Amino acid sequence: MSTAPEAGTWAHFIETFFRPDLIDQYAGAIGKGVIVTCEIAVLVVICGLALGMLLAIVRAYRIRALSLIIVGLVDLLRSLPPLVIILLLYFGLPTVGLTLSGFFVLWLVLTLVLAAFAEEIFWAGILSVRKGQWEAARSTGLGFNQCLIYVVVPQAIRMTVAPLTNRTIAITKNTALGTVIGVGEILNEASTAQSFSGSATPLMMGAIAYILLFIPVVIVGRWIETRFQWRRA
Amino acid sequence: MAAILEARGLWKSFGDFDALKGVDFTLNAGELVFVIGPSGSGKSTMLRCFNRLEEPTDGSVMFEGVDLMNRSVDINLMRRRLGMVFQQFNLYPHLTARDNVTLALRKVLGKSRAEANEIAEAMLDRVGLGDKADSHPGALSGGQQQRVAIARALALEPSVMLFDEPTSALDPELVGSVLQVMQQLREAGMTMVVVSHEMRFARAAADRVIFMADGEILEEGTPDKIFGAPEHARTREFMQEIGQ
Repeated sequence: MSTAPEAGTWAHFIETFFRPDLIDQYAGAIGKGVIVTCEIAVLVVICGLALGMLLAIVRAYRIRALSLIIVGLVDLLRSLPPLVIILLLYFGLPTVGLTLSGFFVLWLVLTLVLAAFAEEIFWAGILSVRKGQWEAARSTGLGFNQCLIYVVVPQAIRMTVAPLTNRTIAITKNTALGTVIGVGEILNEASTAQSFSGSATPLMMGAIAYILLFIPVVIVGRWIETRFQWRRA
Repeated sequence: MAAILEARGLWKSFGDFDALKGVDFTLNAGELVFVIGPSGSGKSTMLRCFNRLEEPTDGSVMFEGVDLMNRSVDINLMRRRLGMVFQQFNLYPHLTARDNVTLALRKVLGKSRAEANEIAEAMLDRVGLGDKADSHPGALSGGQQQRVAIARALALEPSVMLFDEPTSALDPELVGSVLQVMQQLREAGMTMVVVSHEMRFARAAADRVIFMADGEILEEGTPDKIFGAPEHARTREFMQEIGQ
């Protein structure tokens, strides 16, 4: 008596989210989306972290005007939702004669946002390196730059790996925002397929693609965190 | 004896507070000078003015005939000749003991990694830690860390070693190993200025003891004189407080 509706529910669930023919049909499109997502993600992570680090290092020189500019930009980027900036650049700039590709806008905005958060995290790390480290390094004749590069920044990086990893994953997932400006990443391909097929199956495929993509990143992040732990002297 | 380090009218203010009030200090080659005094008397500040880790507000510092206050002097090159050892050791926690010693050898003196490693291992041997070259500071005891810090300073072949309360942060049972290394240095003829409360070591090893209070040198002399027959009331008071 009770098996019939259950079987019906199960079949309905499969029909909605895992239709084999649709999986077959859209695997190629979702696969392309995975590649685009990977491309943007890798570029954003590399450029965002590098820029964030650079800004934090510039701030270490404590040149008042430069620091103020950096803090201003960083606070702006941290308080604006990335989607707002993406839409502003993509739909706003053409009216002043500057047309940028969706891929470029997505990359640029996410890189800047990651850089803003990374700068704050790195800067906190640089500040948390004890004064004695600077003094010891300077007392052996290392200059300010050498001290920063060989003594302070390596420690700052190690101290900030955990928050940095979390923030990087959070921002990289925002590649899905590319869907609103037509970047052919996972979610875009999946929702296009969804609207053509009228089935949620492609969206489920997209979700699974994200999981397959980001679970390893999360695991690597955790590994990096433990790898970079060292007992503080 | 020739003066290797000479400070004249050394003055240091932090805001309204005058940490040093015109200190005159002369250090001769081969001498071990002990600096004692109550906390806040300016001992550490004076030491840190010698290599300009603390920028003196006024006064002059001559080191090996060079005016360190002269803006055209490359202070980084002079600093390596003035080895400094800190209360908190300040080893680089992300580097092994060996790399703690080699960093300045490679980056300041421009030695190759192989050459620097060789020097580092010899220096670590000298402080009795030849087997700890691959250890990170976190895996070493306080006494071992301080000896690595001494090796780090020694590797640069300084002509003067400045010790800023080198044993104050150590557990009592670890103090001996550090003092032993300092004693060896002394016997090897190293010129040293030691800010410390290790009075027994001062009595045994110092050529001269300086008593500071309120940013001034109040009294100086042989250990026998300062510990046995201090002239200044403040010195006598201090000796009573520390039970000497």
